[in-house]
Amino acid sequence: MLVAEKSIRKVIKGRGMPLPGDDIDTDRIIPARYLKCVTFDELGKFAFYDERYDEKGNKKDHPFNDERYHGAGILIVNKNFGCGSSREHAPQSLMRSGIRAIIGESFAEIFLGNCTVLGIPAVTMETGAVSELMDIIEKEPETVLTVNLDKKIVETDLPGGKNSKIFKIGVTDSAREVFLNGTWDTTSALLSGKKEIESKARSLPYLNHFLT
Amino acid sequence: MGKNLFNKVWELHKVKTLPSGQDQLFIGLHLIHEVTSPQAFQMLRERGLKVMFPERTFAAVDHILPTDDQKRPFRDSLAEEMIEALEKNTKEFGIKFFGPDTDYHGIVHIIGPELGLTQPGMTVVCGDSHTSTHGALGAIAFGIGTSQIRDVFATQTISMNRPRVRRINVNGTLRRGVYAKDIILKIIAELGVKGGIGYAYEYSGPVIENLNMEGRLTICNMSIEGGARAGYINPDKVTFDYLKGRKFAPEGDEFDRAVSFWKGIASDDDAEYDDEFVLDAGSLEPMVTWGINPGQAVEITEKLPMLSDSEDREVALRAYDHMNFHEGDTMRGKKIDVAFIGSCTNGRISDLREAASIAKGRKVAKGIRALVVPGSRQVALQAEREGLDRIFSEAGFQWRLPGCSMCLAMNPDKLRGGELSASSSNRNFIGRQGSPTGRTLLMSPAMVAAAAVKGEVTDVRELL
Repeated sequence: MLVAEKSIRKVIKGRGMPLPGDDIDTDRIIPARYLKCVTFDELGKFAFYDERYDEKGNKKDHPFNDERYHGAGILIVNKNFGCGSSREHAPQSLMRSGIRAIIGESFAEIFLGNCTVLGIPAVTMETGAVSELMDIIEKEPETVLTVNLDKKIVETDLPGGKNSKIFKIGVTDSAREVFLNGTWDTTSALLSGKKEIESKARSLPYLNHFLT
Repeated sequence: MGKNLFNKVWELHKVKTLPSGQDQLFIGLHLIHEVTSPQAFQMLRERGLKVMFPERTFAAVDHILPTDDQKRPFRDSLAEEMIEALEKNTKEFGIKFFGPDTDYHGIVHIIGPELGLTQPGMTVVCGDSHTSTHGALGAIAFGIGTSQIRDVFATQTISMNRPRVRRINVNGTLRRGVYAKDIILKIIAELGVKGGIGYAYEYSGPVIENLNMEGRLTICNMSIEGGARAGYINPDKVTFDYLKGRKFAPEGDEFDRAVSFWKGIASDDDAEYDDEFVLDAGSLEPMVTWGINPGQAVEITEKLPMLSDSEDREVALRAYDHMNFHEGDTMRGKKIDVAFIGSCTNGRISDLREAASIAKGRKVAKGIRALVVPGSRQVALQAEREGLDRIFSEAGFQWRLPGCSMCLAMNPDKLRGGELSASSSNRNFIGRQGSPTGRTLLMSPAMVAAAAVKGEVTDVRELL
């Protein structure tokens, strides 16, 4: 299978944005009224909309509104991030607002799968390490993070040549495999088994009048 | 050792192991709706792909449906654009669509079982997290994202890691006034909203076996609220009797052959599980949520948790702040503004019967906006045949047309400002019912009806 170089996700480099809190659900990431669309194109501007703006449209305190994190590409979260709905609109809105990787204590499963298939690594880190990493970024927002999926680590590069730190990350073998090979878009791998799919369909009782 | 249903169905549908190490899983039934499918159709066009098995996908419109008037064009032009896209896409790719002008339309998770599309031993997916509902018939069913919808269109398969299986045994005998909704809210409160990550839940034990199919659908529906992507119940006589005679169910000799397949797919008596949990439901009371996730729930006579006892202190703090409740409060007596009966969790005929039995001969309390939204056209027709619509209307409830409605407020049915809503739906997330400051209390349909007539959260057992 030919894979475009740009599909490979081995190392992702960027500044971080801490977004503390457990159980941040998909309705908070993208309120349902912004799902009234037939494309994902405009979703970037609605990420965390109701947490970023009050009902009159005035800005509220939120990491996405914080100028210190402007342009950050790596989101740092706590437990069960992305719980709730299966709406791919949630990771799409994050991706379209510039997020390229997410580091968290844990993720809701459907959200995690949606991130992977979009080429956004969502990797795990232990509780203490997440707090430490959030701390570092809050103090030094210019810190550059390097998420290395090959070595399964995140390195921090502090401005002014201060000591850099290395944190271990968790990523499932299957996700690591597809990011390193650039095959996170699953369609072609699935299509390559067309004959096997057809033969599976011929073997399933409920597709064959329960005669198989 | 024997096998559980989940692993049997998985192995039956596994096409192969992919280079990534994930399994390629054949999908027996694919359901789609207007919110998560249009982008997937567009991806197919961009890649020049076709739908491989168009006869295995069925479409419905549910999230955006207005519930006062479903005449076309819809007043909301964005909603009209979405339904037109679904009409056009399903026509172009040869997919059956149950539109609002047919007698078989409704919420996708209501009509799948109702039409007999969902059957034991199938794999079922839909771009909607409440697809877990269909597990009640002994299928393995889970929500997927839009890119995976594209994969199912193009290949009738998805790429996935196999989850572990936790058996949840529910023992005892339910007390009067306690329903399937209370059981699942209790399970989520006990295991937490993250407890099910990495698991599929098998619900079993005497209480589950004694539930009718609609109660089972309610339980499986909320699996995802406990973090479990799928939940299922082994098929038995209740399942077979439910399916017999439904539009897409097998008939005659084929039905008999189907039953033997369905019996064989159930978990073996000596099946292995990765984990087990036991709930004694004999002393369970009606449940009600107090917070901003479905795990933040108490029994009606229980006090709200003290922050010092809370494992999730930060989330509890945020919840008390948003809900304007305090530790040590009781939910009983909280004044409500809105009552909503409906959704894929509790919009079926038995839900409406239970709510109507409370509403009958009573009146909705002054100043309360109370909506009853049937889950499908078939549910609405049956309710009207039984006169439930009249009971609701006479009591002061609005009898609406089918759709998802105020469960997620993608149509005009929304909370306003900080209104407090007693709701039979599935999520109490901040902003879920359409107002960023709105507040949701999840409970059974009978409890919602009780709250509506009393104007405050009430123990439904006092009205039985």
